[in-house]
Amino acid sequence: MTAPFTRPKRKNPVLRTRLPLPPPGARSRAALGLSAAAAMGKFKLQVCEACRCVQYPPREACGSCLSPRLRWREQDGFGELLADTQVHLSQEPYFRERAPWRIGMVRLDAGPTVIVHLHSACGPAPCRVRVGARLDKAGQGVLIGFPVDEVANMADDRQLREMTCDPKFRKVLITDGKTAVGQALARTIIAAGADLVWVGQAEPWKRSAGLEALSALPQVAIVPLDLTDSSSVVEAAGSIGGRVDILINNAEVHRTYGISARNGTDAARLEMDVNYFGLLRLAQGFGPAMRGRAADGAAGATAWVNLLSIYALSNFPPHGTFSASKAAALSLSQALRAEMRGSGIRVINVFPGPIDDEWNQPLPPPKLAAEALAKSVVSALKDGVEDVYPGDVAQEWLARWEENPKVLERELTA
Amino acid sequence: MAADSLVLLAADLAGGRVRVVDLTHTLSPDFPPIVLPPECGQSWPFRQEEISRYDDRGSGWYWNNFSCGEHTGTHFDAPAHWISGRDLPNGTTDTVPVQNLIGPACVIDCSAESAADADFLLTVEFLERWEARHGRIPTRAWVLMRTDWSKRTDPVAYQNLDETGQHTPGPSSEAVRFLVQERDVMGFGTETIGTDAGQAIHLKPPHPCHYYMHGAGRYGLQCLTNLDQLPPTGAIIICPPLKMLKGSGSPLRVLALVPG
Ligand SMILES: [Zn+2]
Repeated sequence: MTAPFTRPKRKNPVLRTRLPLPPPGARSRAALGLSAAAAMGKFKLQVCEACRCVQYPPREACGSCLSPRLRWREQDGFGELLADTQVHLSQEPYFRERAPWRIGMVRLDAGPTVIVHLHSACGPAPCRVRVGARLDKAGQGVLIGFPVDEVANMADDRQLREMTCDPKFRKVLITDGKTAVGQALARTIIAAGADLVWVGQAEPWKRSAGLEALSALPQVAIVPLDLTDSSSVVEAAGSIGGRVDILINNAEVHRTYGISARNGTDAARLEMDVNYFGLLRLAQGFGPAMRGRAADGAAGATAWVNLLSIYALSNFPPHGTFSASKAAALSLSQALRAEMRGSGIRVINVFPGPIDDEWNQPLPPPKLAAEALAKSVVSALKDGVEDVYPGDVAQEWLARWEENPKVLERELTA
Repeated sequence: MAADSLVLLAADLAGGRVRVVDLTHTLSPDFPPIVLPPECGQSWPFRQEEISRYDDRGSGWYWNNFSCGEHTGTHFDAPAHWISGRDLPNGTTDTVPVQNLIGPACVIDCSAESAADADFLLTVEFLERWEARHGRIPTRAWVLMRTDWSKRTDPVAYQNLDETGQHTPGPSSEAVRFLVQERDVMGFGTETIGTDAGQAIHLKPPHPCHYYMHGAGRYGLQCLTNLDQLPPTGAIIICPPLKMLKGSGSPLRVLALVPG
């Protein structure tokens, strides 16, 4: 078993806050395929289309037959741990601060031998392990050797926690507490061990029974927050921005119009004001303080979650202006990811299909329940992935989009 | 003669014998706008975005862009705001005759009744009792309904919404017709969001103050404050809206000149 992660001591305010230093992040273009797969929670290696040889490290041409036809394919990761050791001395500041660091050499059943970060519950060598891919603090894909069978507190491994964004003992801001999704997120993340959850409340005169019930929980505090109001975002950031470890931006406006179904720009503008400009205001307000606290103890600032939509990938014309606002938000979140990456704050984008709420009332099932969406967000934090497509509809659209985005566009606009 | 009265007014203002009372709320992002079902078009709340603040965006100066609806904060309703006033001449903010924007005010104190009943309706009988004490409402006067609603600084209490909608006081349908037809008033002003009561959609006709006032080319003032500082009669109010092309209304500064 792994020693359970215990509540970190309170911060000593006399000491300088440790600066976030990323581990080495340079990768060849070929190697980014491993990062891209890890960002989606998958362990993929290149496989030669000509001779089936599995490649490692990633490369431009097959190491066995020189064919350039290499395809990224998911791996089960099983293999033999050949050797393990603890690194005590490193030239890399990131690993110096975190020494000792356990690594191992694994011969995958699929063929290649790989160097892995080694989970504390593995070994000693020789033994069977299962290799998986995770994103490190630089946002790059790395390999981790896990024990074959689940052990107690497996997620609490000190090295693994560097790759994940576990809510345990962390403080979370959920930007809209009035929606069923916001309330489910709060309850789910509290169940996952969060210490404190701030939930945003806009337009307090529009009362919400769900929010009032939520505010009775001891871990919940309501914070005035209206993403359409710059001064409100600045004030919230000034009040709590220096303490938020995980920010979940679930605030959204969803109106169900195409271009011709409604005259004027008022509904579309409101969608943009919350879904796009709201994210921009939040990023300017909360981003700097979160970046500064990305290495602040064992449960410091770690993740930023954006609730997007599967319609961000390709416009769903009956919800045309909403789709456009989510596409804008997706694009901005990529810029946010770039600005956050140097600190190690993970930006997680969630792409649900239709959520089971009043704005999707006319749509037939399947629709995503708020609780299911909340669970997928917490899983993404625990696994440290970047992109999440919760539910059958999102998975199906994603598969069609990955296969041929132009074909999907034509299907949706038929 | 007229010149003399302006000289006297200037002297009285300078000497404090005429006080100026501000009947205006501060335009702020927190001030609640009218609530409509979300599928309806929405009036924007007041918002401010910095252009620069003595910083890299403009080193020596501070200024903002602002946005809001025509009916945000303390605001003026022009006749064209309502369908009943849509075809009237001079019915928008740019064409309202300016002499209509300064006039005597009659302040009807309904504060006790509104405190007892948030759905209080001002009736003809109530107006007649007021006239019995303070004299007949003069032609072309502004009638201001004092409810002390502006003292509800908590936006939740100010909106006073429940599952059946908003509960705020306003005039009855008969009272509005009486003021327009029998007293020929210039306009009607309230402290609440709307010259009509919160539940006025259930009156006949719906929103009678909007319907009859604007149908007769008269005006509305909403979200006023400090009406408790005005005498029942004797004050003069100044309420020019912004001169916006074809505007249906406008945020504005409302001032009252008060003797004493
Ligand atoms: Zn090959």
